[in-house]
Amino acid sequence: MRGQALKGYLFISPWLIGFALLVAAPFIASIYLSFTHYDIISPAEWVGGSNYKRLFTEDPLFWKSLVVTLKYALVAVPVGTVLGVGMALLLNLDVRGIRFYRTAFYLPSIVPMVASCAVFSWVLNPHIGLMNSILRGIGVEGPAWLTSEPWAFYSLVMMSLWSVGGSMIIYLAGLKDVPASLYEAAVVDGANAWQRTVHITLPMLTPVIFFNLVMGTINAFQYFAQAYIMTEGGPEDSTTFYALYLFQRSWRYLDMGYASAMAWILFVIIMLITALLFKTHKKWVHYGR
Amino acid sequence: MKTKSPLSLTRRQKWAAHVVLVVLCIPFLMPIVWMVATSLKSNEDIFPQENQAAITFNISSMLPKDPQWQNYKAALQTGPFHLYLRNSLLLCTLNVIGAVFSSALAAYGFARLRFPGKEGLFILLIATMALPRHVTMIPVFTIFKMLGWYGTLLPLIVPAFFGNPFFIFLLRQFFQTIPADLAEAGTIDGAGEFRIFSQIMLPLAKPALITCALFQFLATWNDFFGPLLYINDPAKYTVAYGLQQFMGSHGTAWAQLMAVATLFTLPIVILFFCAQKVFIQGISTTGATR
Repeated sequence: MRGQALKGYLFISPWLIGFALLVAAPFIASIYLSFTHYDIISPAEWVGGSNYKRLFTEDPLFWKSLVVTLKYALVAVPVGTVLGVGMALLLNLDVRGIRFYRTAFYLPSIVPMVASCAVFSWVLNPHIGLMNSILRGIGVEGPAWLTSEPWAFYSLVMMSLWSVGGSMIIYLAGLKDVPASLYEAAVVDGANAWQRTVHITLPMLTPVIFFNLVMGTINAFQYFAQAYIMTEGGPEDSTTFYALYLFQRSWRYLDMGYASAMAWILFVIIMLITALLFKTHKKWVHYGR
Repeated sequence: MKTKSPLSLTRRQKWAAHVVLVVLCIPFLMPIVWMVATSLKSNEDIFPQENQAAITFNISSMLPKDPQWQNYKAALQTGPFHLYLRNSLLLCTLNVIGAVFSSALAAYGFARLRFPGKEGLFILLIATMALPRHVTMIPVFTIFKMLGWYGTLLPLIVPAFFGNPFFIFLLRQFFQTIPADLAEAGTIDGAGEFRIFSQIMLPLAKPALITCALFQFLATWNDFFGPLLYINDPAKYTVAYGLQQFMGSHGTAWAQLMAVATLFTLPIVILFFCAQKVFIQGISTTGATR
């Protein structure tokens, strides 16, 4: 059997080596770095807990970025979930042309992120962009979307909702897995469409919703690139997301020790929220048929 | 697979559903149509007349009056886009080969071989999927810098060869469903484990491998973070990074910007229409949303 064990390790060795060198070692190194002053160029210098102390007591932007990120997670994730489930329910109807609608809803989610940033910075141009020219058509003068508060924040939320098609497809697959016999039984019992949706479809979909909720929340806390490209954190830091601030700290100010402390706090927050979500899990997630 | 739905709708309900679906399509499709339309517009079509400060929407202004195909040529002449494309394709090819092959190896190990510590290692593998990249970003950067790889494409290539936890998870599920006697037949023939893997298992896993290849291609094609950290020389930009740089330097040349964005999106859309099944099944079985 020892031969087989050796073979096993050999087969997983690419991953195992990568894990040791590019995940485990950096993971531990970053704890150490969070207690140092480090600028990449000169060696790290031990400063004890002062990075954490500065973060918690002297850095209003740390708190602000945390609030912005939390707000994003609380708005974009639930709205995205409702929209994704709602659209999947619509696409599960037995009407003609459903393939066209499915493609239309799904297409934005495969548009590369940098391309959708370019498109939205153009669509949201205050004077000649599509959004405000449509609003003008109905007599409303729209805001300077990306450069005014609170619109910059909501523009980014809107952009994330535009690509909701990715999670919608997962919900749709979940809907297709609901056994038809359940509906047949409900129809016999005289349940109407609304009752069937609330008492059969949605409970059967809760495992998928839970999965998307967890992944969506984890991703929301790492939200970075769109804000970096579109707003650079402005105006008035209203779109300085946590990960964006962390990035600025590390690469603009080369304050790597401080950024490592921020990364660790982020890690702890993500673990706590995931644990919290798993705690609620038994209350509302329905398994089995 | 289509079963007659017990939820048949009445005629009226069907019409209502169509109305809702069509209305919903508009905000999802409009930006894409607008992107392509703008890329073919002349500046007179895009910017308001002298006596106006802003543009009010009307349907006839949606499409270009006289398609300006030269916008594409002009846009591509603003930078070495042929180099960006070459870099992107090089990275995509190497990342796909590296990630798919090494993930398949590891997945096979986890699925079919017995070794001490397997369960624990697999849990670690799953856990790494939830680890924010910001935690490892700085030390990993330091490692690549010490190796002298900063400013080269190597930091964007080499990590792929260590496998992707997500693909390993997906392929492991797949390998576990393959009946054991297929592999045993190989053992009786005296084939080594690697030959069983490469000649029996890999061909059987083709659909799952294609799904992984597609996802890796998309991830590498779209990747913005990697080049942002490691690339400083314009000759080594990828298309994604080049587009972002273009936004910064030619921000108001909307027609040209949209031309580049269209060209950057086009391969993905073509890929989607060619491999729609792989996309949709792959995403629904893996639950991958970037």
